[in-house]
Amino acid sequence: MAKQIQVSGLDAYYGAHKAIADISMTIEPRSVTAFIGPSGCGKSTFLRTLNRMHEVIPGARVEGKVMLDSDDLYGPGVDPVSVRRTIGMVFQRPNPFPTMSIYENVAAGLRLNGRISKSKTDEVVEQSLRGANLWNEVKDRLNKPGAGLSGGQQQRLCIARCIAVKPQVLLMDEPCSALDPISTLAIEDLITELKDEFTIVIVTHNMQQAARVSDRTAFFNLAAQGQPGRLVEMDETSAMFTNPSEKATEDYITGRFG
Amino acid sequence: MSIQTLSTGRRAKDLTVRCLVYLAFAVAVIPLVSVIYLVIKNGMARFDFDFLYRSMKNIGPRDAGGGAYHAILGTLQQVGLASLMSVPIGILTAIYLVEYGGKGRLANAIRFFVDVMTGIPSVVAGLFILAFWVLFLDLNYSGFAGALALSVLMMPTVVRSAEEMLKLVPDDLREASYALGVPKWRTIVKVVLPTALTGIVTGVMLAVARVTGETAPLLLTVFFTDSINANPFTNAQMGLPLFVFDQAGRPNDTAIDRAWAGALTLILIVMLLNLVARLIAYWRSPARGR
Ligand SMILES: Nc1ncnc2c1ncn2[C@@H]1O[C@H](COP(=O)(O)OP(=O)(O)O)[C@@H](O)[C@H]1O
Ligand SMILES: [Mg+2]
Repeated sequence: MAKQIQVSGLDAYYGAHKAIADISMTIEPRSVTAFIGPSGCGKSTFLRTLNRMHEVIPGARVEGKVMLDSDDLYGPGVDPVSVRRTIGMVFQRPNPFPTMSIYENVAAGLRLNGRISKSKTDEVVEQSLRGANLWNEVKDRLNKPGAGLSGGQQQRLCIARCIAVKPQVLLMDEPCSALDPISTLAIEDLITELKDEFTIVIVTHNMQQAARVSDRTAFFNLAAQGQPGRLVEMDETSAMFTNPSEKATEDYITGRFG
Repeated sequence: MSIQTLSTGRRAKDLTVRCLVYLAFAVAVIPLVSVIYLVIKNGMARFDFDFLYRSMKNIGPRDAGGGAYHAILGTLQQVGLASLMSVPIGILTAIYLVEYGGKGRLANAIRFFVDVMTGIPSVVAGLFILAFWVLFLDLNYSGFAGALALSVLMMPTVVRSAEEMLKLVPDDLREASYALGVPKWRTIVKVVLPTALTGIVTGVMLAVARVTGETAPLLLTVFFTDSINANPFTNAQMGLPLFVFDQAGRPNDTAIDRAWAGALTLILIVMLLNLVARLIAYWRSPARGR
């Protein structure tokens, strides 16, 4: 199921403003890759280029190459909609659909993409909610609005909604930054379980979190204020946190800046 | 600094402002309540079976009896047709403005013209249809011509209110939907519109309520009749506002009573429509948790 992502020479712009420059990396399947770096260095921007969500913003565009196994995501004629079905995304703020119940939220991706039988939907909804460690908490109130859950539950609902469409890759943009420590722990456990099935990329501001959940870590930084963000280095997480090869990485990880 | 008791000066100020606010509220409510009171009091006299099921056909100028069936039917058909035309077009325009047009030149031009249209006096809408439909195309006076004039008045209200409601839908939800691999049009239909539904329904109801009571455009387009014409596409029809206008202008009490009953019916129709719309919005609202 899970696939490898290979990025080469990627630049992303907002209008005339170049937000990230010349990023190349390989993201391994069935592993967790963490993106760290100071605010504004383009982590979210880069993440959004990986499933063609960047171009949703008016004026935004991308140059460079992103390969999912052997498919060129920015190749001519590629449908961004199908890219997004293959590479799912979880956002910083939990955003369940307010008009839909818990059940409908999880089924949203399936239903919005075409006809599907009731029994099949039931099965996928239960499977996805179990996958997101939410089933036991909500199984008695599947018809209640998704917006009525706690923040942590809403975020797990969003993860369930995302894995219900069976993507190959899961992108998560600071999925825990709006959550309390207990909910954060629940999501971290979930990420560790999900990596058996998916390729996972997570943006985080929390060094401990990166160290706890990720296999590989990429450090982004701005060369200077007003300059586009760049990938400084990328390595096994244990190596990054014990002896990074760049001075900037060490400074950031040890909390000397950022 | 020590904690002090509330000074007399501030207490007096608080009292004055409080009184002013209550006074303003009373002043605003008095006309509302008195209108409803008067219409109910005077309208009940003729608000009966005959009134709701008979027309004015063969009722002499001094006769009692007669009814507004032809006018009620006409109003329902004209407002219904006007809504059928202006609500879809209005909502689609709003969708274009919010989801596709953005800040582009075309979108801004549309916004400008919609704003100008909002300010059109209703007579002018009537004159426009009179000139276009009756004089230029050489077609007959009809309920449909009236509906056209009403839809000219409804459309800008629908566009503006729907646009405001669609703008209130957070981008987060659109992005969440795109990220699930849902195409844009399905996102609009299944996520954006349902989220804005309650507000859009309210805006549509305001527009309907506004045109239901319009007299001037009807005078110029549906003309006038005392008998029942169930076909809005040919020949003169009647409308409740026209009926009230006509009856109130007559000198005898029986006609004045009919005018009051007509006004009462008009208010009831608008209230009923409002109620239905609210129920629809309530049934569809997520807060109920179905
Ligand atoms: N919607 C946007 N429009 C214009 N510029 C943006 C937008 N989003 C982000 N940027 C700019 O792109 C740069 C990178 O931002 P972002 O990717 O959000 O950084 P991070 O997620 O690492 O904090 C910043 O300089 C920011 O100002
Ligand atoms: Mg960010």
